Amino acid sequence: MTEQTNTKESFPGEIHDVPGGGVVLSKLDDIINWARSNSLWPLTFATSCCGIEMMSTASAKYDFSRFGFEVARATPRQADVIIIAGTIVNKMAPVLKRLYDQMADPKYVIAMGACAISGGPFFYNTYSVVKGADHVIPVDVYVAGCPPRPEALLHALISLQKKIRAGLTREQIRSEKDK
Amino acid sequence: MTNEELKIKISELIPSASYEPDGPNGWVNVNIDPSEWRYLSQQLRHQEQLQFDFLFCLTCVDWKSHLTMVYHFRSTSFRQELVVRAKLDRTNPEIHSASDIWRTAEFHEREVYEMFGVNFINHPDLRLLILPDGWEGKFPMRKDFEDPVNMIKL
Repeated sequence: MTEQTNTKESFPGEIHDVPGGGVVLSKLDDIINWARSNSLWPLTFATSCCGIEMMSTASAKYDFSRFGFEVARATPRQADVIIIAGTIVNKMAPVLKRLYDQMADPKYVIAMGACAISGGPFFYNTYSVVKGADHVIPVDVYVAGCPPRPEALLHALISLQKKIRAGLTREQIRSEKDK
Repeated sequence: MTNEELKIKISELIPSASYEPDGPNGWVNVNIDPSEWRYLSQQLRHQEQLQFDFLFCLTCVDWKSHLTMVYHFRSTSFRQELVVRAKLDRTNPEIHSASDIWRTAEFHEREVYEMFGVNFINHPDLRLLILPDGWEGKFPMRKDFEDPVNMIKL
């Protein structure tokens, strides 16, 4: 039982030592969420300068694969999370919607930076910019900044993991309602 | 050709042309009437002593009271730059197209057409460049443009 304090944060369940080994007690949903949260593959999707910060977060100095965001996938069919890194314009909105629709369930969305949250610096009287990506697809985590620093994106990614483990992403709430 | 010689040369072609002080980068600034633009553009390109063969910027400015077409030229033979401005009427902006002289003007003029609503006479294919179909009639780069759908007042 002594290891329990070390593993409780990362693994959802209790380990009971018994003669000849151990027994794990947990809920299947919790284990599934735990597994999913530790292997999230982002989609290679960036529409402006936030994309540069996202690339930086992916590369050696910050390296989001440390937290399970292993490889950025160039196809939505293999991606679990879409990081909306940049401005979404009216012409891009249907493309974003299609990419989201093409992603396999379960799927998660992070809105990175001011543009993806609210239209950002293009908020006032523009002819081209969507005022927030959540007008197009549901967003789980918002990251403030223009652009956010890589640390902020890492924090958002870890927050998303926590949300998945708690079963509180929009996707999970929706499927819970359908049951 | 020095800047002063260039101004004399242009004044010979267009007596009504007026000048503003040269820019900090040594560019000559000329103001003309849009009715003289057609003649001036042909002369700028084809005259032996001018040869402005490179139109490196074509745009428009909305001054609220009027529009101004702005053309930036470079002569690659003589290493000289020239800025030509033509004042347009805001309600019915019209100027002759330069696309038959500088081919690059063709799509730059399409952009000015969709953003400012300037009508380019004799343009071969004057239609929207980037904006979605059915956008005609609203000019997003004019100062008084208001987005009818997503307008947020501050």
